[in-house]
Amino acid sequence: MAQGRTQVSQDEDQRQSQRETRIADVAKARGVAGGAPAEAVFRLDDVHVHYGTFLALRGVNLEIGRNEITAFIGPSGCGKSTLIRCLNRMNDLIPGARVEGKIDYHGQDLYGDGVDPVEVRRRIGMVFQKPNPFPKSIYENVAFGPKVTGMQPQSMDDLVERSLRDAALWDEVKDKLKQNALSLSGGQQQRLCIARAVAVAPDVILMDEPCSALDPVSTGRIEDLMEQLKRDYTIVIVTHNMQQAARISDRTAFFTAEAAEGTGDRTGLLVEYDRTDSIFTQPADKRTEDYVTGRFG
Amino acid sequence: MTASAAGALAPSRLRRGATRSGLTILVDTAFSVLLFVGTIVGVIALATLIWTIFDNGWVRLMADPVAFLSNYVSRLPARAGIRAALVGSAYLMVLTALFCFPVGVGAAIYLEEFAPRNRVTNFVEANISNLAGVPSVVYGLLGLGIFARFLRLGPSLLAGALTLAVMSLPVIIVAAREAIRAVPDGIRLGAYALGATKWQTVRRQVLPAAMPGTLTGTILALSRAIGETAPLLVIGLPIVIFSLPNDLRDPVSALPLLIFDWTSRPQPAFAEAAAAASIVLLALLLAMNAVAIFLRNRYTIRW
Repeated sequence: MAQGRTQVSQDEDQRQSQRETRIADVAKARGVAGGAPAEAVFRLDDVHVHYGTFLALRGVNLEIGRNEITAFIGPSGCGKSTLIRCLNRMNDLIPGARVEGKIDYHGQDLYGDGVDPVEVRRRIGMVFQKPNPFPKSIYENVAFGPKVTGMQPQSMDDLVERSLRDAALWDEVKDKLKQNALSLSGGQQQRLCIARAVAVAPDVILMDEPCSALDPVSTGRIEDLMEQLKRDYTIVIVTHNMQQAARISDRTAFFTAEAAEGTGDRTGLLVEYDRTDSIFTQPADKRTEDYVTGRFG
Repeated sequence: MTASAAGALAPSRLRRGATRSGLTILVDTAFSVLLFVGTIVGVIALATLIWTIFDNGWVRLMADPVAFLSNYVSRLPARAGIRAALVGSAYLMVLTALFCFPVGVGAAIYLEEFAPRNRVTNFVEANISNLAGVPSVVYGLLGLGIFARFLRLGPSLLAGALTLAVMSLPVIIVAAREAIRAVPDGIRLGAYALGATKWQTVRRQVLPAAMPGTLTGTILALSRAIGETAPLLVIGLPIVIFSLPNDLRDPVSALPLLIFDWTSRPQPAFAEAAAAASIVLLALLLAMNAVAIFLRNRYTIRW
């Protein structure tokens, strides 16, 4: 009995160390330059987010590099989804949400006077946790964005095809473009949502746990897809899956939540932000190390 | 240890009455019988109603259906027909739908998507629900006071349709709000994230997705309106009339009015005619409900 347990725990240790080596290899192979991104799309300066009187996130400073994949990781309630929603002003839709500090997007204050959140969202697209195709045909799902944003492509059919190809979905749906999007599988629905986001030719694509509702095969497809999309777009992804962050991202931001003094409300904060290989192989902060090695969270 | 585990599963423990007393079993059975009786009462009532109407009216209707549908009323029961009432009811229904559908859907969109969450909105919401429960005769008084008298429309097609529209409005608003609320937030967020404005989101995504539920509610409200007698009686729509309306200001009759009139006459032949007219009205109502059920089954989105 006792011997069996030791055996299991040895196996576990071995697997754990193998996993860490693998993550480190993958991260090293990416070869992202150290230090700050060469060209920043977003510069966040001391960002705080409140929901009513509740402080959800405090003091975030980071820069998001152009044509890079930036991953936000951390335990539930650490404010990573809150932060990604600040980047295209989706938080404006939540009553009582308030953003303090400065979010600079290509030199413009995203929350400055006269900035129209609708215009912001045309340039900064978003893919959500749960696939949310419109209950319309596949074609109409992709064409909706270009139509409402007043794009006048030479041929809408071509734009739809190109977007579906970009999302690696074209071959699976080219014969059933008129079919209702809800008839697709979960993974296909999520790739349709990516095609939909790509169709309006955004600058940035935000992804809020895009694979958490998908099986491993679909997840793998979407990860491959992100690797390709990175050439044309800047991608920010929130993920619960550390291997995913290690596999696909160039930089990783680790967040955690700490109880505020007195109230007991848990406020999120940025612990560490660095190149992904550094975060996973030589984290500077003990909390990061505990999290990425699976001892916490 | 193994012995006691086997003992817990001994078959005797699973027999009826092993742990439950006879009384709990009896109460259990008694309740399911009671609930079944409750269900059957409604079905029996409906069956009796339909049987009585068909028993009294089927022969009269089938004696000469074309004449019955196309003749005007007459003091001779054998020659009396429902032409003016049937056409009047049809006109009333179409006009009522035209008035109350856009207003009801508009109110629902405002309350669900645009209204600020404050006391005024809560007050309006609570009172719309209350209005759905106001007796129809009260709407008749409202129609008489406002449409017939104050706006000088008199006992006309327009006054009747407006009255029925005001009566149906709360039901349509409630149905449309529920349909709009059932559209998942992911749809709204998805549209916003593509750079759609609020109006584009509502108009192109939320409203189409809510349409099956809204239409179902509207048809059910209209089928209630078409069977209403009291409000039309109060605003003074005529029963004996020998022309079809050419204008919104012309008087019209309606099927329930005619049925009400015929049943209050002493001759048994008029009672038969009333039953025959009731068959026509019932057929109309069932047809509308069938359309509502069809829409619900065919177009409702399973998210």
